[in-house]
Amino acid sequence: MQTAGGDALLELRIDAKSYRSADGTPVEVVRGLSLRLEAGSFGALIGPSGCGKTTILKIAAGLDADFRGERRAPGPGRLGVVFQEPRLLAWRTVEQNIRLALPADRIDVDLADLVEILGLGAHLTRYPGELSLGLARRAAIARAFAVDPDFLLLDEPFVSLDETTADRLRDELLALTTRTRATTLFVTHDLLEAVQLADRLFFLCDRPTRIVLEKELPPRRIRSKDMVASLGNEIRALATQAMAGAHDN
Amino acid sequence: MPRFFSLIVLIAAWAVTATLVHSRLLPGPLAVGATTLAELRSGELPFQMACTLARVIGSFAIAMILGSMAGYAMGRSKSVDRFADSWLVVLINMPALVVIIFAYIWIGLNETAAILAVAITKLPNVIVVVREGARALDPEIDEMTRAFQFTGFKRIRHVVIPQLAPYLAASSRSGLSIVWKIVLVVELLGRPNGVGFVLGSAFSLFDMAKILSYAICFIVLMLLIEGFVVQPLERRANRWRRRLA
Repeated sequence: MQTAGGDALLELRIDAKSYRSADGTPVEVVRGLSLRLEAGSFGALIGPSGCGKTTILKIAAGLDADFRGERRAPGPGRLGVVFQEPRLLAWRTVEQNIRLALPADRIDVDLADLVEILGLGAHLTRYPGELSLGLARRAAIARAFAVDPDFLLLDEPFVSLDETTADRLRDELLALTTRTRATTLFVTHDLLEAVQLADRLFFLCDRPTRIVLEKELPPRRIRSKDMVASLGNEIRALATQAMAGAHDN
Repeated sequence: MPRFFSLIVLIAAWAVTATLVHSRLLPGPLAVGATTLAELRSGELPFQMACTLARVIGSFAIAMILGSMAGYAMGRSKSVDRFADSWLVVLINMPALVVIIFAYIWIGLNETAAILAVAITKLPNVIVVVREGARALDPEIDEMTRAFQFTGFKRIRHVVIPQLAPYLAASSRSGLSIVWKIVLVVELLGRPNGVGFVLGSAFSLFDMAKILSYAICFIVLMLLIEGFVVQPLERRANRWRRRLA
């Protein structure tokens, strides 16, 4: 359903989300969160580990309907997801993994460009078990982009990679999102990474989480390395303040 | 090589014992070999083995297909599991002989009854193993297939079956041996042909050479199927594992 605003690709309102822990006690993860992402923009969810970022992402993806609130994602938008772990099929080759995710109308699509950008060319016929974590992550990113998503979700896709690899993959991700104009929601706990990639930052507090600070960034093409650093410092101070006040009342 | 050697020792021990006992009730390897040759030449042995083999394949296929579907459903859904579990317990503890008698009485002394009876006897074993496999399916992969909207067929072929492969292999291994033993009983009780029928008539004539020769031939056939069909299939399914770093 299209809203009055017209160009919002995702509107998410989570009044409450809780789950039952292993010993049966309910744990409240999210309370009173609302989020709006414009079509074609890149949003980053930033918050401390274990605050419920992944939970929010799953709800945004429509993979978890067990919450109180509303999710509005207009149109039959195609979804691409990069999970925290690569989640490849260990018994299929890299190429099969990518192709299996394709919808019926893209089954014969040419993957050469994508494969080249992500440096997967030499690894297409290998099985995921033979890949390094960095390569497996690239395969997962390739899979998400191959479907030509209208809506792209990434859950800390660069965690536990060495900094050089992570940096290169960030650049590749930027190039791909710019080229495809996919609306992107990116989850991270790394502020600098978020400042480097996103158009809009959403800061989350500890559980039960909600958005304590929302910050729009200047256009990405005029963001230099120095600017990212100084913006980062500036926003970090704001965020710390907002977090500190989050659970006071 | 050690396997071959142990086989030689077994046959030698058999030959020695047969010579010492020197009784019609324990023919030696040579006598059994001669009977086998004669039966082969007359075409009797191939025909009876083919009858039995067809029944084995039929009931094995039915048990594997129905058992996999039921096991998958029970492993995936708690309510289905709770509902069907008591049926499963009944089925597991039902003696094969009772199933066979019921099948022959209710359906009649025919091929359908024979094959169904064996399939039902094997069924609970497949269900139990595949249920474990379905419970162990990776929920994270499952979530991935939902995110990328895998169709049902794609999910079964590329996601579910590869994960169930070790469980399917385990149950077909044990299944093949159980099935052929029960097929012989079914044939003994109510079929006019097949290895079980021949063994039954040889028993009434105390024809030990014939009993041994048919039994050995069928065991050899099953070993060949295991070695040339089941194991290669299993290797193929596990290709991706052997290449792991």
